[in-house]
Amino acid sequence: MQRSLSQSPPGDIVRMSGVTFRWPGARSFSLSIDSFTLPARERVLLIGPSGTGKSTFLSLLCGIVVPQAGTLEVLGTDMTKLANAARDRFRAEHFGIIFQMFNLLPYGSIIDNVMLPLSFAKARAERAARGGQPEDEARRLLLSLGLDASELAGHTAASLSVGQQQRVAAARALIGGPELIVADEPTSALDRGRQLAFLDLLFSEAEAAGAAVIMVSHEEELGTRFDRVLRLDDIAVSQRSVAA
Amino acid sequence: MSVHRHIVPRLALQSLRNRALTAFLTVLAIAFSVMLLLGVEKVRTGARQSFADTISGTDLIVGARSGQIQLLLYSIFRIGNATNNVTWKSYEDIAKRPEVAWIVPLSLGDSHHGFRVLGTTADYFDRYKYRHGHGLTFAAGGPFKDLFDAVIGADVAKSLGYKVGDPIVVAHGLGSVSFIEHQDKPFRVSGILAKTGTPVDRTVHVSLEAIEAIHVDWQNGMPQPGQSISAADVRKMDLRPQAITAALVGLKSKLATFKLQRAINDYSQEPLSAIMPGAALQELWGLVGTAETALSVVSAMVVATALLGMVTMILTTLNERRREMAILRSVGARPTTILGLLATEAGLLTLAGVVLGVAMLYGALLVLRPWVDAAYGLNLDIDPPTTREWTMLGGIVVAGFIAGLLPAMRAYRLSLADGMTVRT
Repeated sequence: MQRSLSQSPPGDIVRMSGVTFRWPGARSFSLSIDSFTLPARERVLLIGPSGTGKSTFLSLLCGIVVPQAGTLEVLGTDMTKLANAARDRFRAEHFGIIFQMFNLLPYGSIIDNVMLPLSFAKARAERAARGGQPEDEARRLLLSLGLDASELAGHTAASLSVGQQQRVAAARALIGGPELIVADEPTSALDRGRQLAFLDLLFSEAEAAGAAVIMVSHEEELGTRFDRVLRLDDIAVSQRSVAA
Repeated sequence: MSVHRHIVPRLALQSLRNRALTAFLTVLAIAFSVMLLLGVEKVRTGARQSFADTISGTDLIVGARSGQIQLLLYSIFRIGNATNNVTWKSYEDIAKRPEVAWIVPLSLGDSHHGFRVLGTTADYFDRYKYRHGHGLTFAAGGPFKDLFDAVIGADVAKSLGYKVGDPIVVAHGLGSVSFIEHQDKPFRVSGILAKTGTPVDRTVHVSLEAIEAIHVDWQNGMPQPGQSISAADVRKMDLRPQAITAALVGLKSKLATFKLQRAINDYSQEPLSAIMPGAALQELWGLVGTAETALSVVSAMVVATALLGMVTMILTTLNERRREMAILRSVGARPTTILGLLATEAGLLTLAGVVLGVAMLYGALLVLRPWVDAAYGLNLDIDPPTTREWTMLGGIVVAGFIAGLLPAMRAYRLSLADGMTVRT
């Protein structure tokens, strides 16, 4: 697989230590993570009931918010030390992100939705264009995820079924081969049979690209498909302070 | 690479298309406000121009003692009435002065179907100049030769359907329906003037003697019963006028203007006023300037309201677009990109509104021009926007862009606060 060399020791894609974060505002919610590592190519399921800080954990991991203390290394780069713009660029280059639902810009075409990250990530755009046109790579990914782009050419993203939308979102996360796929309950809107089928497709593509996968969910049953299952409570302490 | 860069602006446009109806209504509101603002500007400059174009080549206007605006309005624009007349003797005294190159008397007070009747001399057709020295020309016929000849303006001919040779009856007073008419002394149309875009178009011109003739058997503004004098008899009488309303004066040298003006203002036998048309127009602009400013301010407020509507529209869509923002953030868009997207959206909406507004204005001008000209005698030129108007239009686009920063800043803050998820 074509991968760019990273400076991080082979093995760990993510290393968090001593991270503490508090949302600004009155209903402040804080999360602290003593230590967390994600080895390369590993598939981790993070379990936690809602309200325990899964979203905050993902926001931290993706560099959308910055912790008040601690280090957060991704591929050997401490994201807490990056300037805002550099962090956004870093995220664009190395992360593929799938939300719970409504992943797509509803009015955009399917191909445009898949290619969206390439506008912000130079290296990913170059990798996607290696086999020819980036559109071809988008089509190939969609096809291997079970969607025929030419059949859906006239459709906007909004006209797809939820399952189809999640597969388009997966293709968007995978295009250009980012090192880390982050998924926030991507299967919660799907029935059980489709959940597993979706995970299998996602994993086979992630594996082909050599990407690690970290997924949060409250459904433990999905754990069988993962290398490791972690509880958020085990790695993080959350606290909700009531405003006076 | 360049292929992908186009995705974001394209998505912004698609997003806008997705909200086509609200976006269109917003653009329409801006367009109407721009049309109003520019329309007021056009009418304002058009009115000024047509006022300024009405008289040229005349150095002084002489009338009974009054304010200079009043004298200008009644003598040239046929607006309002003279407070008093100028005696024929005063007129002759002024005419005899060495500085005077030419002098044309004006006698007003009668009307024909709502059009003013002007008693003057045949010199009027040579001396009256408009729009930077244009002279009057005849579309048909020629100046009056007979006592009961009349020369009518283009609008008079058009709206009453008169041709050369047609008889007309002049009414006493100025209403469009007058109960007292000079029926015993009908006139004949001897000439029709070409269109000028000035009050001349709406005037019936007769000789001074004719004015005298139709009033010869009148006293105190009423015909005297049993004293009617026939049209044939009146020709034999001395029709030298006793008084006129005003006079246009041309000087041999412009340098003498102030000297003659002072002499006329100090004329001891009768209280007279001599005014310079340009100076009187300046005073008039000063007077109507406040109203013009008020109009401009109101239309500027309408533009501000339209822009406010746009900001409201964008703000209300922000909530449903928070997910859009979160998606863009997740693929690596910076908050400043989102700020730029929204500000650009506002700028584009405003630009579209301005373009549509200008198009609508010119469309309306094209359609309404003949009507405005006919109804108000206002000649609105269809010119490309002036530098001043371009500046105004550019200012509106910039204002729209800046106004767009308000929702953009909010989106910026939301996208920072929302992080990866959208709490909706």
